[in-house]
Amino acid sequence: MKDKIRKEYLGRGIVTFCGAFIIILTAAIGIFLLVQGTGTFTKFHHTLAEFLFSSRWAPQDNATTGGGSVGAAVYICGSLMTCGLALLFVTPFALGAAVFMTEIAPKAGRSIFQPAVEIFVGIPSVVYGWIGLTVLVPFIRDTFHATMGGYSVLAASIVLAVMMFPTITTVAADAIRSVPSAYRGAAYGIGSTRWQVIYRIVIPAAKSGIYTGIILGLARAFGEALAVAMVIGKTRAFPKDILSPTNNLTAAIASDMGNSASGGEQNMALWSMALLLFLISMFFILLIHLISAKGKQENGK
Amino acid sequence: MENNSMKVRIFRAKAVNGLMTGVFYLIGGSFLLLIFVLAGYIIIKGIAGYYPGIMAFNQSGIGNQLFNTIYLVVLSLLISVPIGVLAGIYMAEYAGDNKLTAFIRVCIEALSSLPSIVVGLFGYLVFILMTGARWNLMAGALAVSILSLPSITTTTEDAMRSLPKNYLSGSMALGATHWVSIVKVLLPACLPRIITGVILAAGRGFGEAAALLYTAGQSTHLNWSNWNLVSPNCPLNPFRPGETLALHIWVMRTEGSLNPNSAAIANFSAAVLVVIVLCFSLLARIITEQIHRQSTGAGARS
Repeated sequence: MKDKIRKEYLGRGIVTFCGAFIIILTAAIGIFLLVQGTGTFTKFHHTLAEFLFSSRWAPQDNATTGGGSVGAAVYICGSLMTCGLALLFVTPFALGAAVFMTEIAPKAGRSIFQPAVEIFVGIPSVVYGWIGLTVLVPFIRDTFHATMGGYSVLAASIVLAVMMFPTITTVAADAIRSVPSAYRGAAYGIGSTRWQVIYRIVIPAAKSGIYTGIILGLARAFGEALAVAMVIGKTRAFPKDILSPTNNLTAAIASDMGNSASGGEQNMALWSMALLLFLISMFFILLIHLISAKGKQENGK
Repeated sequence: MENNSMKVRIFRAKAVNGLMTGVFYLIGGSFLLLIFVLAGYIIIKGIAGYYPGIMAFNQSGIGNQLFNTIYLVVLSLLISVPIGVLAGIYMAEYAGDNKLTAFIRVCIEALSSLPSIVVGLFGYLVFILMTGARWNLMAGALAVSILSLPSITTTTEDAMRSLPKNYLSGSMALGATHWVSIVKVLLPACLPRIITGVILAAGRGFGEAAALLYTAGQSTHLNWSNWNLVSPNCPLNPFRPGETLALHIWVMRTEGSLNPNSAAIANFSAAVLVVIVLCFSLLARIITEQIHRQSTGAGARS
């Protein structure tokens, strides 16, 4: 009996520790990034406004002297542009696919579309980048006669759009499936066509889930590094149009972090960019919580 | 007149309905087409990229990278599965309905949405810079296990919560403690679902690259006759640099000029990766269907 009680407490203790470990891990990631990422502002005395809004990126690459400039506006703008454009491309298609697999062809949706979406999710991001590099970049070069041989905002956006597709589709489809069928029945009962049911009843009812899907897709796109780095052209300048190359936060970190002297101005600036990515992903989480709280409130009325 | 405008409205509604149905079929069809073309392209290109010796376990083949990938995923699962499953048990069985539990949930969400490059940098900072080590497989495995921890935890919690309540009450009525019930009754009952989750996490680990850029390193030199575990070119030494297959594709792109076969190697590696991931997701699907069949009782007669 005593042994049983001891085991009970031991087991409970171990699993509680593992639960707490998740908090510790998250906090550790946050704190380490915060310490490293604020070095730009505390150790090298740059202002936040310079980091966010200046496009002059010329940090010193050694451990002691500062005095360069760390304007990351080009990278930030590159991230925003590629993700924004990708969102514009993908949202109508992803929602269309979600509606198709739930409302129009639910049987095929389960047996064909669900596995297909899983294949989409399963393809590693590096492979997406590689296809972008070998197919999309030459295609853009030849069709639009782009200046930088096809490396462009457009190529990056298309690669990101394809990568966001499964996330948005899966979450949106789940949200649409969870709309009570009585809603549809009532709407059909008063003579609505299927499109009217979808457009006026199902989509509004699944709104908060659909927004969640879009934000999750956006979060994935924001954090994607290598696939974008392969096709964006890594040019440190604001893009003139969507056919010109630029650079973004993740690609810059991926390519420069290894070559910068640890603790130097450039190194610190790159860490600040990583911190920015971390904060953006936390912001997305917050947004999802706000949306789902609002959705609950509306449904509770 | 009134009657007529009603007719027009009905006609219009039907026309719009027909049009939109067509549009949805078009989207659905092009979606399927896209995925088949994409998967087909990767695999056909990969087969076309094959040349004798590409699977070799040396600098010109991808055998070493393939081995590193598998080794790294196994190492990462050894870390993330115990922690993830135990944390999932805590969330399903012991966590009270309070602020702390809510906070753990937020942390799981935060972890699962972290960009993999950020996790990679954290790994670089903690496992490489702070320990003063060189790039090594273990650091990569730790980074990947951070990425798969949230999904394993959530899968375990969901699996345990979906079990009928009388599993636990039945076991406790027979005099078992809560912990014994968990280990002997609840965990075995939801093992298939947990395994499915682990397989999916492993599949994602195979394709991970950004988190390994600055942890596992971008090169690998193995000596297959050296079995001294502390030697830097012993295949089984987890504290040696170990470039994985996904990272190899990235490296082939940047160092293409050094290797005349780089495009073929990258094509072939991409195909191998996609086939591995497909097999994993197929396996997960088969297990899921098996569970479904068992729980619904279909096929019980056979």
